[in-house]
Amino acid sequence: MNPMNYIYLSAALFSIGAFGVLFRRNAIVVFMCVELMLNAANLAFVAFARINGTLDGQVVAFFVMVVAAAEVVIGLAIIMSIFATRRSASIDEANLLRS
Amino acid sequence: MMGLPAATQGLFPVPQLEYQNLAPVLIVLVAALLGVLVEAFLPRAARFRAQLVVSFGGLLIALAALFFAGNTDGVIAEGAIAWDGPARFLQGLILVLSVVAFLLFTDRKIDPGRDAFAPRVSAIPGSAEEQSLTEKLVQQTEVYPLALFSVSGMLLFPAANDLLMMFVALEVLSLPLYLLAGMARRRRLLSQEAALKYFLLGAYSSAFFLFGSAMIYGYANSLRFSEIAAATASQSASEGLLLVGIGLISVGLLFKIGAAPFHEWTPDVYQGAPTVITAFMAATTKVAAFGALVRIFYVAFGPVREQWLPLISVISALTMLVGVIFALTQREMKRMLAYSSIAHAGFLLTGVVALSQKGVSAILFYLVAYGFATIGAFGIVTLVRDGAGEASDLSAWAGLGKRSPGVAALFSLFLLSMAGIPLTAGFPAKFAVFSAASASGASWLVIVGVIASAIAGFFYVRVIVLMFFTDPQDDNTTVAIPSLATAISLAVCAGVTIVLGVLPQIGLEVADRASLFIR
Repeated sequence: MNPMNYIYLSAALFSIGAFGVLFRRNAIVVFMCVELMLNAANLAFVAFARINGTLDGQVVAFFVMVVAAAEVVIGLAIIMSIFATRRSASIDEANLLRS
Repeated sequence: MMGLPAATQGLFPVPQLEYQNLAPVLIVLVAALLGVLVEAFLPRAARFRAQLVVSFGGLLIALAALFFAGNTDGVIAEGAIAWDGPARFLQGLILVLSVVAFLLFTDRKIDPGRDAFAPRVSAIPGSAEEQSLTEKLVQQTEVYPLALFSVSGMLLFPAANDLLMMFVALEVLSLPLYLLAGMARRRRLLSQEAALKYFLLGAYSSAFFLFGSAMIYGYANSLRFSEIAAATASQSASEGLLLVGIGLISVGLLFKIGAAPFHEWTPDVYQGAPTVITAFMAATTKVAAFGALVRIFYVAFGPVREQWLPLISVISALTMLVGVIFALTQREMKRMLAYSSIAHAGFLLTGVVALSQKGVSAILFYLVAYGFATIGAFGIVTLVRDGAGEASDLSAWAGLGKRSPGVAALFSLFLLSMAGIPLTAGFPAKFAVFSAASASGASWLVIVGVIASAIAGFFYVRVIVLMFFTDPQDDNTTVAIPSLATAISLAVCAGVTIVLGVLPQIGLEVADRASLFIR
């Protein structure tokens, strides 16, 4: 199978994530969309590593997994604290900051 | 490699790490880890002093290590980090600004017996748990290790010489800041909301940065900036990948510096975060992010400048205008300063558009002037209070000059520097970026910049008029007596602003010598 197809797949996943962030209203779902974008980038890195015949892309994928895990810890901590206060994870209700 | 069989020894060569040059970053990281251990093992009463020793010790030793690390330019850590003038200059600037901002963190005199941070961030705002913690004067000291982790990321960010190192540094500097933004003692709901917005938008933008890096890797078959530049100079195939990559990476970096149209998070986060944290991140994040932005555009994408230069010019003009026009309409001091920092990102981008060594040195000098004035201005905001905490509404500042002329004069100094009035550091800084841009032929951008500066001057002067020539509206506003640490911090900011304003050649010469990127 042509490895370029994986690049197209990763671009599709990235776009789904990017549009999901813009259109979903639940903080958890928005956050899952961001994770989808990171994993789409991982897929692109690994596919390019296969196409180009270098290992760098696969190494990057490991780093990104660790960074994504750290991001999950921070993100869920923030979303949890907001949820405990407001009993809601909707990003529309977080609207106290206005000009 | 002692115990390994001979056959495997050649497979994984031991990396060469220049510990002498990496020392500043490593020292700050070690200090952050020590801070975590202090949190885990020391009794609560002893933590504050221990954290002060660890934080200030770490930052000052790192500064000394940077001073003795040597001036020989080169690519270190197997090519992952550049050791050149801009990297050294910005690392030094970030460390000094961090020390000045950390001094603000320690203040427990403005709000008697309490610091600016929530006693327990996980406690629900307004709950009985939080009230009892507040009454017992419980203080948390987690901010120090978190801020130190962020500083270590900031030190790496402008020195990163490949896309992977840059991404990791970006995340190391951002993740602790998301948490710090949510730690305010007062107005907890606003603070939590700021943390949520900062986190979601920050993670979103770094995903763009990462996907852009993947595209560049596919195009150049390397993550290293010098090899990306070589690839862009030689081949013309699959240019689409390169353009998509540059675009997505720009989104990630322009978000971090708060350039329009990616600036939406800035006023919300600056307003919601604890003011001392705002002072810290407004100054240091912008320094680190501009270092990274300039390096990647000059070193990696320099050969294809005609592809991105028009876009960055337009974004620069848009950022200046959006910053100053929205700042005019604000009724809230922290939001006004946030929009002013957006405008400054636009002024700094005119230096990027110059695309010359003169432009780099102008950016370095501008970052010094901007960093100290910003920490000073937000430091003053912590002093002006009413019954519910900081009185950040503009009306509360009316007549401040009659009540406490010293504080009002100091705040005017920082505002005048941001406005770019002669005899403050802001004037030579603005002059340097504009003259660099016009020398490179971006005259229209300089005209937009001068118009934006004029509008900016109006709203800065409006605050000064409000403080000195308006009668106070109510008597709720008080000006707190700061602790010695805060006073020192403000004095340093004022001193740098005046000295660089009166004798700019000192700073300009150092910036000139530090303005050459290694390729």
